[in-house]
Amino acid sequence: MTDLYEAQRAMRNMRNAALQRGVVAILDVGSSKIACLVLRFDGEGFMGGDGVGALAGQSSFRVIGAATTRSRGVRFGEIDAMAETERAIRTAVQAAQKMAQTRVDHVIACFSGGTPRSYGLAGQVEVEADTVSEQDVARVLAASEVPDYGQHREVLHAQPVNFQLDHRSGLKDPRGQIGRSLAADMHMLTVDSAAIQNLLYCIKRCDLEVAGLASGAYVAGISALVEDEQELGAACVDMGGGATDVSIFMKKHMIYADSVRMGGDHVTSDIAMGLQVPAATAERIKTFYGGIHATGMDDREMIEVGGNSGDWERDRRTVSRAELIGIIRPRVEEILEGVRECLDAAGFEHMPSQQIVLTGGASQIPGLDTLAPKILGQNVRIGRPLRVQGLPQAATGAAFAAAVGLCLFAANPQDEWWDFEIPMESYPARSLKRAVRWFKDNW
Amino acid sequence: MRPIDPIEFAKGPTVGGSARVSEAVARALRARRNHGAARPHDPAPSRTAYRMNRLWLTPSFRFFLRRIAPVLAVTACVGLWFASEANRTGFMERVATIKSEIQNRPEFMVKLMAIDGATGPLAEEIRTIVAQDFPVSSFELDLPEKLAEIESLDAVQSARLHIRAGGILQVDVTERSPAVIWRSAQGLEMLDAEGRRVSALESRLDRPDLPLIAGVGAERDVAEALAILRASGPLLPRLRGLVRVGERRWNLVLDRDQQVLLPETDPLGALAQVVALDQSRDLLNRDVITVDMRRPNRPTLQLTDAAREEMRRLRSVKLGVTN
Repeated sequence: MTDLYEAQRAMRNMRNAALQRGVVAILDVGSSKIACLVLRFDGEGFMGGDGVGALAGQSSFRVIGAATTRSRGVRFGEIDAMAETERAIRTAVQAAQKMAQTRVDHVIACFSGGTPRSYGLAGQVEVEADTVSEQDVARVLAASEVPDYGQHREVLHAQPVNFQLDHRSGLKDPRGQIGRSLAADMHMLTVDSAAIQNLLYCIKRCDLEVAGLASGAYVAGISALVEDEQELGAACVDMGGGATDVSIFMKKHMIYADSVRMGGDHVTSDIAMGLQVPAATAERIKTFYGGIHATGMDDREMIEVGGNSGDWERDRRTVSRAELIGIIRPRVEEILEGVRECLDAAGFEHMPSQQIVLTGGASQIPGLDTLAPKILGQNVRIGRPLRVQGLPQAATGAAFAAAVGLCLFAANPQDEWWDFEIPMESYPARSLKRAVRWFKDNW
Repeated sequence: MRPIDPIEFAKGPTVGGSARVSEAVARALRARRNHGAARPHDPAPSRTAYRMNRLWLTPSFRFFLRRIAPVLAVTACVGLWFASEANRTGFMERVATIKSEIQNRPEFMVKLMAIDGATGPLAEEIRTIVAQDFPVSSFELDLPEKLAEIESLDAVQSARLHIRAGGILQVDVTERSPAVIWRSAQGLEMLDAEGRRVSALESRLDRPDLPLIAGVGAERDVAEALAILRASGPLLPRLRGLVRVGERRWNLVLDRDQQVLLPETDPLGALAQVVALDQSRDLLNRDVITVDMRRPNRPTLQLTDAAREEMRRLRSVKLGVTN
């Protein structure tokens, strides 16, 4: 656990350094596009502080550079061809830097692959003094029983979501309160360590320092769910190109995250296979004519697919829009069913509020708002990310939910396990702090 | 094989109705023509380009390259060029040539000197002092130095020196006007009203209009002497000069070897007394050698020997004494 602490704390220090410098880049490594935003932090209170600042901390930063490029070498949200991905990241970063007219050294990245797995952790300790101190919080977090999450996995998020002092539950911050027994619930998200290592390596190859890592599911939830939904409980479904992320929020904490390894790219490849057209044409057809509900009108609307065989005279194929919808719909249904399974596995039906928000690039298919309620439940809406200052119009769409969420994450991060003090007991024996403590106790 | 221009090849059907080549054939031909160049361009910057771009966006580097580097480069070039001895001397020579070329332009040449306010001998003297071969460039004339030299002449009270339009060196001189002649052991000299030397004088007869002063320290109190001279109006026709005695008081020397000894303090009052005595009693026409006014409240007369004998005779007559 210690090396994780070290790594995450180093990352946190890097983020503080970046905020100190005032410029930090946001990198959303997706399967279909790589987005890079350059944020400039100015004004006081950008560290968040105790209470949430004005406009949930968004007023403290401004997007001064934004660029997207077609993703290369990423499949299912994981890096597949590293050199290709590195080039794509370079393209995006350079374009964003050019727009921002400044150099960025620190980057906060998110990715959605790596098969995230959620764990609920619980721990309980007796409070040492009368009131709960930082040390008690650290001890209770350390006391929580870490499951065996596997050899090749790494903890991406470990957020305390609930504190319980004696019989009072739902405490946000137990410090300074009087009680005897302190218990904590923690949500831990692990991902494949290879996915993280690859991403870190790619970013490092671009001469950038990683100032933070986040799960795509988490950051999409931050930006697409409004505050009430985060508070009362909601699920965010980020339908990306290669993976569909599901995250469940409750009391402003993420309590569950999972991902379905299917997305918009699969729809495209279905079209390409079904209509025998190149992937680029399929993508174009999908975005222009895609839909989910076929009507009588769609039978008559013919779409030129063009074989791209060069034989313009002979090879001029057309399909009706109904046929296209017939290809798209089963795949979208499959994705939504996968989401349904995730939600069922998480026990979403027991949540007090069962709001589901669909976001991400693939959620822009017309007619999704009629199909999704049939599969997911009644409370479904299509969400778009929050508006943040300075974001270009082109980057305000649903496809940028994760990028915008990452901005908010950078401006107003949630306390994670490693933000608390390390409990005394886990220090090595020769620790200076321990010696000081011994002196304090005995003299 | 001669390359075929696909555009020309793919032109529309002519009148004869030749076949239209499909786009694919045209593309294939185009691809064959420029070989590998038809591959799609990679939009990603190369690693080097990316690094250069980032370096260029670094503010300090940018500042260095845009502000400091040009200055450094120019300085280095100039420094390197000047490092060679030949270049340095060549440069200096060129500068000197250009400088003299400009200085010797006819606009800057001074062709002659004009002296105003100085009479013959003084003008000659000024000419010898300035001693300049005309024409000369005005840059080479050291006017302050010349002015100091001219002003150092005794006969010059003040002078102005400037170069007039037309290349004329104009000297405006105010001469000192002699007020008295001073006779000293060295000879005769003319002094102005402030006691400054104007020039030497060969003979007293050259300037009979000027009064004469003599004695040690006489030249230091010319102003007082002039005041005494002004006050001795009726005596002037008989006055031969003033003598400074003991550097403290004046003697008025008249013809017939008469002297009026004036006191140290308030000589003018004593003189007025003498003048009044002379006018009322015709004092100085009598046989008097010295009128001693050193004590103004007790003027003393020294008579000639004859006068003294006569006076004694008269007094004895009066007393009835016979020889």
